[in-house]
Amino acid sequence: MHTNLTVNGKGQALDHDTRTTLLDALRETLNLKGTKKGCDHGQCGACTVLVNGVRINACLSLVAMHDGDEVVTIEGLASGDVLHPMQQAFLTQDALQCGYCTPGQICSAVAMLKEVAEGQPSQATHDLVGRISLTDEEIRERMSGNICRCSAYPQILAAIRSVAGDVV
Amino acid sequence: MKPFTYERPKDIASAIKAMRANPAAKFLAGGTNLLDLMKSEIEHPPHLVDIGRLPLAAIENTRDGGLRIGAMTTNTQVASDARVRSLYPVLAQAIVSGGSAQLRNKATTGGNLMQRTRCAYFYDTAKPCNKRLPGSGCAALGGLNRNSAIFGTSDACIATNPSDMAVALAALDARIETLTAEGATRSLAVADMHRLPGDTPEIETELKSGELITSVIIPPAPPGGQIYRKVRDRASYAGALVSVAAVGGRVAWGGVALKPWRAEKTEAALVAGIEIPEAVGAELATAEPRGANSFKITLIGRLTAAALGETLAGRRA
Amino acid sequence: MSSVKDWAVPNPVSENRSGIIGKSVDRYEGRLKVTGTAPYAYEVEPPSTPVYGQAVSATIARGRILGIDTSAALASPGVKLVWTSENVPKQAARGERANPRSQRASNPTMGSDAVEFYGQTIAFVAADTLENAKAAAALINVTYDAQPATVDFLASLDQAEMPPGEDDTEIGDFSTGYRESSVKLDETYFSPIANHTQMEPCATTAWWDGDKVTVHTSIQMVKGGQHALAETLAIPSDKVHLITRYIGGGFGGKGQSYDDLTLAALAARELNQPVKVAYTRQQMFQATIHRPAVQMRVRLGAEADGRLNAFSIEAITHCARNVPFTEHAANFSRSLYASPNRLTGHRLVRMDLPGAGPMRAPGEATGMLSLECAMDELAEKLGLDPIELRIRNEPTVDPETGKPFSVRQLVSCMREGAQRFGWERRNPLPGKVQDGRWLVGMGMAAGIRGNFLLPAKAGIRITADGTVTLSQGMTDIGTGTYTILAQITAETLGVPLDQVRVELGDSDMPPAPGSGGQFGAATAGSAAFETGMVMRRTLAEMATGDPNSPLFGVDPTLVTFANGNIALENRSESLSTLIERVQPEGVYVEGSISPAADARDWSQHTYGAQFAEVGVDVVTGEVRLRRMFGVFAAGRILNAKTAKSQITGGMIWGIGTALTETNPIDPRYGSFLNQDMAGYLVPSHADIVNVDSMFLDEVDDKANPLGIKGVGELGICGTGAAIANAIYNACGVRLRDYPMTPDKVLKGLIAKGL
Repeated sequence: MHTNLTVNGKGQALDHDTRTTLLDALRETLNLKGTKKGCDHGQCGACTVLVNGVRINACLSLVAMHDGDEVVTIEGLASGDVLHPMQQAFLTQDALQCGYCTPGQICSAVAMLKEVAEGQPSQATHDLVGRISLTDEEIRERMSGNICRCSAYPQILAAIRSVAGDVV
Repeated sequence: MKPFTYERPKDIASAIKAMRANPAAKFLAGGTNLLDLMKSEIEHPPHLVDIGRLPLAAIENTRDGGLRIGAMTTNTQVASDARVRSLYPVLAQAIVSGGSAQLRNKATTGGNLMQRTRCAYFYDTAKPCNKRLPGSGCAALGGLNRNSAIFGTSDACIATNPSDMAVALAALDARIETLTAEGATRSLAVADMHRLPGDTPEIETELKSGELITSVIIPPAPPGGQIYRKVRDRASYAGALVSVAAVGGRVAWGGVALKPWRAEKTEAALVAGIEIPEAVGAELATAEPRGANSFKITLIGRLTAAALGETLAGRRA
Repeated sequence: MSSVKDWAVPNPVSENRSGIIGKSVDRYEGRLKVTGTAPYAYEVEPPSTPVYGQAVSATIARGRILGIDTSAALASPGVKLVWTSENVPKQAARGERANPRSQRASNPTMGSDAVEFYGQTIAFVAADTLENAKAAAALINVTYDAQPATVDFLASLDQAEMPPGEDDTEIGDFSTGYRESSVKLDETYFSPIANHTQMEPCATTAWWDGDKVTVHTSIQMVKGGQHALAETLAIPSDKVHLITRYIGGGFGGKGQSYDDLTLAALAARELNQPVKVAYTRQQMFQATIHRPAVQMRVRLGAEADGRLNAFSIEAITHCARNVPFTEHAANFSRSLYASPNRLTGHRLVRMDLPGAGPMRAPGEATGMLSLECAMDELAEKLGLDPIELRIRNEPTVDPETGKPFSVRQLVSCMREGAQRFGWERRNPLPGKVQDGRWLVGMGMAAGIRGNFLLPAKAGIRITADGTVTLSQGMTDIGTGTYTILAQITAETLGVPLDQVRVELGDSDMPPAPGSGGQFGAATAGSAAFETGMVMRRTLAEMATGDPNSPLFGVDPTLVTFANGNIALENRSESLSTLIERVQPEGVYVEGSISPAADARDWSQHTYGAQFAEVGVDVVTGEVRLRRMFGVFAAGRILNAKTAKSQITGGMIWGIGTALTETNPIDPRYGSFLNQDMAGYLVPSHADIVNVDSMFLDEVDDKANPLGIKGVGELGICGTGAAIANAIYNACGVRLRDYPMTPDKVLKGLIAKGL
């Protein structure tokens, strides 16, 4: 079947198997291999991409479901040679080791800050009706959909904190 | 995945018609459960009807002061809605305790209610499972069943329903509205939409073939506090061992049955003025542990007593 | 052979004139990883359109395949081939070594109709697309003659045998010493099967060029993989070009190759087209190695003052029936505490499971879960602080061998940690601190992990533009190897770090043993250093022998290297000027490291002290970490930033061990219950609260010329026990059965009337 979508600002017209997931379309068809396949079942977060600005697991989505959507992957975050602030923070804070979960972590972190700014609650939000304060507990909970087996979590928190600024 | 055809109907009527034309087809909403099951070779629909873009994504006030939540709202959208957070904090809490942000951004209200069990034996196609392959047996019965159900089980199935959201909705006396394949609308309590396994665990809900959930209607919240508490092996991104939604003196349990389990005996005892521990015990007396899951009886009891202590004192969230 | 004394003299790394050693340098390949442009094995661009392969796994633990119906799969769209044991191309028999010097034996797939474990590859499909390959694989229909299998460890303890060649070690007379001790402890601890759960599943992309195969695969040991594939295909090793540049986690689980490697190579040859094969997450759980379960009996006999008089750990563990492996859960204890009477050893149950094998700190990671709890229990019996008990049993020499320690800062680790963690605020009486619904407690444990040096080589090339390239058949599995090798090379040659390139993970490069056993940095790093020294000598002779050099005629042993220049006093020239003039095609040298002949005259380890504070939900029995701090002594630290990431990551592994990780086997099927990441729970971000660590200053001049040791595995050692001890301190519930899940804690709370 046929699907048109925008990936990292570039229009793509795909002829594809109905079974093709967004993840496999990115990796195998569009050669955007920065989005990783860790579990292929929505249990690890390595395939996290932004669809219309919202983070999702690309492995649990058919590319057919994304006709007209705007997809941003890890390859779409930097501006030329200038890293996205979140990418730079991950590098500076050493928020990665093997690197396989890293693109998903970074995409997730970028979207997570937007979710907080929009006032979306999390399990760590103690006051559901008040303004959400981006505590460390909030960051950890909101990033829990991205497993890092190397366990760079403390550095991931530090990286996100360095981009988000202090708790206010 | 087996090959399938795909269509994305433009309106609700076309979606219903598409299902009528192909009774083996499945509705596809967020896909976070159905695609997982298809990849796992558990579901093999020959045709998918993508309803993700149908105009069912609104959250509206009802005339009686409740809310009507469109079936295609995302879990994130519902949990973030200011009215949900202030009127039904138990629902917001339940939703954000489920899955991950990525999953909740995609998963829908209707899809969440339709998700199938996470029983490890259901997911393993090499094992017997009456739900997956009727008549093949239940591997969980004599197996590693720490996560299995303690209420409403049968010798055919001891799986649990994985939804957190449904537990809160059950405690809130929410109802679903559907559109049948014949085009009729009907309404059903969330607490009644899932079937207990009995001899036919493969039949999971009261919905008929081609029937579409269009919305969830929540009546005004009763007085008293609301609280959702979930116990699990990991701090986040894990299914419940048990969970409780307490809304005033109403109690619904998750992780203990193939449906959100309203603890009606507990509720009745509380109405009759019986103290919390005994009231909780009234429902627990009907539990049927299967070995490794017997700890759930104690656990849900203690969790519920603590939650009711707070909600009956009027505490919210 | 060299002596450790040769390593004691000052060298460019120990002098560290540029200050590059120890510096918090950003990860060498970090930019590629944060931009998603580091290609892992499945992502390498093959020379032409690839075919997608998918392995099919057995669903019985033991027996024979009666028949496999492949007709539906063969008729499925896009299918290029379907293999079973009946038609898979011929491979050398398992364990066969055709090449006299090969390090690894043949590792064939689908060699017969016998099934030896659940998850074993029994069929293989290759198709034009991933979707078609997976769909066809699901159509393979197998009938089995299933036979009884031994898969239930705890039900099979009576089959435990002494591992061949691994006698118990007994010093003094344990029985008498134990009997005569005034305070005794005799407890049994259990740690379950665990899975590596690397984020990147095993994967291979393969293609052939004539009689030579190129394989990009996810493996920790380059030469091991190359030789195994060569043996299997019965071709010379130099006909296998194995490349593994980026590896999405290994932790020991990718220390060997799996069927993805063999099948990709075989299918690429058969189809004359590149082939990509990846394991599914389910196959990662069912069909790769795991950390075996261990039951450990600990007996401690002490005098009233806390001095140990008798000490014993007996560990029973398991391995696959035909793949010998012992989880050496007692070994570490032979060097940890003093006691005149000692008995330690292992027993092994052979089971019909996939291979048991090494997983981050094999032996220590499990063994310390028992002893370091037992010490906490003994301290309570004695009325001693747990740190004080350990200090009173601090040995002056290795308690079993009598060898001196190369350097041992265990007591310093404990003291520094206690002070920084606020250990004095711990109430020794359990269950006394409450914070809302949480009972709060602190626990600590010691950590020890051996240090090793293996033979390795490296090559360095300097081109006329001054670029220095270190190449080595080493791997970086997230350990920071690229980065520290760049630092060592830069400091050794006195060149700026940004002039150094590092190329790893290629069987054409000078061989190194790879990543594992905490030997990677010391081994690869020492080889890089020695190669740098060869390069220094080469360049010194080149300059001092060249009439056009300002250094002409001076003593080559006196020249210095700094800022990209070679110099003696006020005479100098840049390396690029020298090379461009004398050898414009560039200079390439190789060097090597070997263990010193007398290295094992010292007892050589890394040490740590782990401190944990947990909350126990008094209603539910849920345990949540509140903070954790570790102090470690592991020789000279090459990169403060990457070393800290390594050691902290190890600590977090220990948290998973303590609280969530377990993979029970259903004895009816011989399969793991958890075959995905929703069932097998590694720590999520929310589980990891305030985990921090530090290193003590240390140089181990007996370890290698750099005085460094490994840090990859030390972090997990003792961690789980520190958490178990903190749980006890919080609520008085002593668990000896890992992981400490809410159901177990709750049972204990109820037993205590809570």
